[in-house]
Amino acid sequence: MSEKPVIIERERTFAEKIQGYAYLLPAIIILSVFIFWPFIQTIYRSLFLTNNMGENAEFIGLDNYIELFTSESFWNSVSVTLQFVVIVVAVGVLIGFVTALLCQKTFPGIKFFTTSYAMPMAIASSGMAMIFQVMLNPSVGIINKLFNTFTNYLSHPIYALWVVGILTGWLNSGMNFLYFSSGLASIDDSLYESASIDGANGFQQFLHITLPSLRPTLFFVIVTNVINAFQGFGQINILTKGGPGQATNVIVYDIYRNAFMNYRYGFASAESVVLFIIVMLLTIVMFYFRGRREN
Amino acid sequence: MNQIEQEYLRKKRRRDIGLLILNIIVWLLVMFPLIYGFLMAFKPSAELYDPNSFLFPQNPTVENFKNVFNVAPIHIYIRNSLIVAISITVLQIVTSLLAGFAFRFLEFKGKGLVYAITLSTMMIPGEAVIISQFLMVSEWGITDTIIVLIIPFMVSAFNIFLCVQALENFPYEVYEAAKIDGCSDFRFVFTILMPLIKPTLGSMAVQSFLSGWNMYMWPLLTTNTDQSRTVQVGISMLNSVDSQSLVLMVAGVVLCMIPSLFIFVVGARNMVKGLTAGAVKG
Repeated sequence: MSEKPVIIERERTFAEKIQGYAYLLPAIIILSVFIFWPFIQTIYRSLFLTNNMGENAEFIGLDNYIELFTSESFWNSVSVTLQFVVIVVAVGVLIGFVTALLCQKTFPGIKFFTTSYAMPMAIASSGMAMIFQVMLNPSVGIINKLFNTFTNYLSHPIYALWVVGILTGWLNSGMNFLYFSSGLASIDDSLYESASIDGANGFQQFLHITLPSLRPTLFFVIVTNVINAFQGFGQINILTKGGPGQATNVIVYDIYRNAFMNYRYGFASAESVVLFIIVMLLTIVMFYFRGRREN
Repeated sequence: MNQIEQEYLRKKRRRDIGLLILNIIVWLLVMFPLIYGFLMAFKPSAELYDPNSFLFPQNPTVENFKNVFNVAPIHIYIRNSLIVAISITVLQIVTSLLAGFAFRFLEFKGKGLVYAITLSTMMIPGEAVIISQFLMVSEWGITDTIIVLIIPFMVSAFNIFLCVQALENFPYEVYEAAKIDGCSDFRFVFTILMPLIKPTLGSMAVQSFLSGWNMYMWPLLTTNTDQSRTVQVGISMLNSVDSQSLVLMVAGVVLCMIPSLFIFVVGARNMVKGLTAGAVKG
């Protein structure tokens, strides 16, 4: 034996060299076939005029993009999506934050409440959308019974977006509750102790310890919620189908409409590329801050 | 007990009761949609227009749960969803474990690049490639099958990432020792690695199951018949403007929620640990 450490130096066999790839084979195949290849095809297809079968009929270069960026309907979608995102984030963060604060300190029954508050993350957007539909039913829904009105919120040009936004925010609130809870749990107790010795009251402690400590969590939660909101589809398809008019026609729904209702696959592909760029930028931001927090 | 201790206990009890009351109020508000759904499912349809029956059913009944099966084959939807969600869960765990093992313990050319490319798929939202995916599976002629609902989701880049993270601090010496003792790599993955990163796998499993169970857009596009429809698409077929059938619809929704809520409650604790381990540090 030489003085070298245990690892024995020898030429690795061919089998050993490709061994790593053997273990990665399922991942490589599925990700290539179902993500990379469709992704390349989407970019490629976005440069074509397609027929009803989705075949690329005529190369038109950037015409789909030009049409997209000059169409009023697309900019409406962008504006609707942004409003939607704001409602979703506001509702989801508010519920998640308040519920997490309420469970920061232990009390009898806390387990029941924490499980409940996290529960929305287990619930399907489609199922909940249907319950919302009943709640908002003009003749028998509880919301109208409560206010003694007969409003059809889902066909109202302003309320409709609020309804789908509140629903989506509610669905996100469970996840947000977990993130905020773990953020709160990681605040050092000694900070609160020394603050209360110095005579700081509860509100002052909240303002000067809790809030600043939660800033990174808050940022992370907001970005995650924004990414989620950009991808909302089920609830909109069930509740409003993008309507009334174009009032809830968010980008993803518009893609669905253009591709699978109007059979304009090429045009919808161009829109998909735009959606990808937006979500990609947001994901990079998220990972950047996630990485920074870990250091 | 001295006075200071008594004072402290009194204060603590007051705080506990205060927190409990606040939580009950907030719970009723936040959980209202869910509570409403469960109560509606027990309401006889005749009571819908009854002004006395505001929220609580006056004559609770389980008829809705029985009758909804006459309107739609919920049992088939649930069976399909179970097959899809469980298959996705098992396959994702196996593929993530194997990939995690390779990235952490094996040396091969281009490892860093392959890892970076794998992670980069997380930036591609499903909705942005769904048109091409749909056209592709249509061309293959595998639409309207259960298989088409499983295969695209059998690998998750995010879960691979979680596995690699969980294995990051795993001592390399354990691997070497196992090798010297003649343990094959395959056996090492499933008998040594797997039990050791159980919390991560547990939270992955819950999340994979839920995402499989709650999937909506892909099954909506790729399935057309009851034989392959999953619950989320199936129950949305019950969606109607006829208010007499509203209670049936809600009963269907509630039935379809139960399996996912069950999995969530059982796995919740695990998930909290797994989720927050790699994600948020204050």
